[in-house]
Amino acid sequence: MSDFADSPELHLATTHAGVRVVIDHVVRVFPGSGLVLDDISLDVPSGAFVALLGPSGCGKSTLLRIIAGLDRVDRGKVCLEAPEAPPRIAYVFQDAHLLPWRSVLENVTLPLELLGTPKTERRANAREALAKVGLSDAEQRMPAELSGGMKMRVSLARALVTRPQILLLDEPFAALDEITRQKLDDELRRLWIEHPMTVLFVTHSNAEATYLAERCIVLSPRPAKLVLDMPIDLPRTRHASLRAHASFAQVLGSLYDALLKAGTS
Amino acid sequence: MKAKFLQTLMPPIVSLVVVLGMWELLVRSLSVPAYLLPPPSAILSAGLSNATALALASFTTAKSALMGFFLSAFFGISIAVVLGSSRVLERSFYPYAVFLQTVPIVAIAPLLVIWFGPGQRAVSVSAFIVGVFPVVANTLTGLRSVDPSLRDLFRLHGASKFQTLFLLSLPHATPSIVTGLRVAGGLSVIGAIVGEFVAGFAEGAAGLGIVVLSSYRQLRTDLLFASVFCASMLGLLLFGATNWFGWRMMRKWHPSEKV
Repeated sequence: MSDFADSPELHLATTHAGVRVVIDHVVRVFPGSGLVLDDISLDVPSGAFVALLGPSGCGKSTLLRIIAGLDRVDRGKVCLEAPEAPPRIAYVFQDAHLLPWRSVLENVTLPLELLGTPKTERRANAREALAKVGLSDAEQRMPAELSGGMKMRVSLARALVTRPQILLLDEPFAALDEITRQKLDDELRRLWIEHPMTVLFVTHSNAEATYLAERCIVLSPRPAKLVLDMPIDLPRTRHASLRAHASFAQVLGSLYDALLKAGTS
Repeated sequence: MKAKFLQTLMPPIVSLVVVLGMWELLVRSLSVPAYLLPPPSAILSAGLSNATALALASFTTAKSALMGFFLSAFFGISIAVVLGSSRVLERSFYPYAVFLQTVPIVAIAPLLVIWFGPGQRAVSVSAFIVGVFPVVANTLTGLRSVDPSLRDLFRLHGASKFQTLFLLSLPHATPSIVTGLRVAGGLSVIGAIVGEFVAGFAEGAAGLGIVVLSSYRQLRTDLLFASVFCASMLGLLLFGATNWFGWRMMRKWHPSEKV
């Protein structure tokens, strides 16, 4: 962390309510299956929306887990620079992963309960988070009664309830149907604009990455190396119709070109 | 609602009546000696004329079986939680839990008399030994099958071991625990009766095991049947009680308990 202590970026970073992620020559080896992450370096400024792209099983999730502190590195280091320590991290899994014995509201209060927040406060925060994802009237329902898209919304609300400075999403909408997925993409974008935070979004869909992110990072098949780091030059406010717009097609096209050049895809 | 009730209850009742009728008819028409196989009517009258004794015996056995059941529930879940907390512990001690399961209870019942003295204590311990393993095994399976992502979620938010156990692992394991308790309920009645065969001769109150033994010695096969019937009723009662408990715990969320 001392390497960056006096850099101007840090000062800039602390003014945002986000986390700057500095990944410095990270290597991860799984016992038995060999090298997973091969010397990955990456600097994600505070408040950025970055999509992590790559083929299935290439190590995107491993990188995300390392950033979340759920897995360790074998070499190199990962720094999270936050205005306050420890940074508030939220993680959204591929499936909603709700606790089936808890109501929607109780699922959303869970992170605060684990952190020891008083009951009235955590309920208020959970209701606020549920309102953000448009589920205010479902708080007493049980997860088994919800559709896949609603479950994912609850999962998002559970992630937002701690007011995270960094939101890590691991192919969160991959199991949903196209319409629901696009809707949730839009909501995620809106949430990021309304609440400044760093977002790292793992996906294997080039179109989804282009639509969502400000920047695309592409990893190679295992062992994962960083093969492409491309800014996405699209307007800040995006609407569903953007997907059919020429500018979108152009950016998506240049992503494909860059991938071809980088020798993957 | 009422039609469904009839639909589920009628078939077993009809089959029972048919089987009992055939039994009565065959035993009477072939004049089978009563000490070999008494007709249902004789079993019923033996049961009714010894109703007080049978009720007292059932009560005594029920007390021991319940005691053993609660011991199995408490220690079974506790042992599973301890074993489930570490792979090393599980590898070191689980084989002995399996061993405990394979110990023939009849063979070690005399040992229980030596250790705990004849009477209810030894009988309860016998019921406990038979009932504890299914609780341990099922609880352990439940604790082990918690989704790794949910464990990650708890770790991410800095959950303590205590929080992970009570907010995640145990609720997740509830269906398995209830399955274990269901099995233990039936087994603890068996364990209590086997225990009484060997250890139940002390104190004024004799359990069903003693009634079974004495009716066998007097070749009162009708009374023997009646006490066996009482014993299965006890097992059924415990089974029903654990079922009800499971339904109460999980009716809101678990698919197996949905009405």
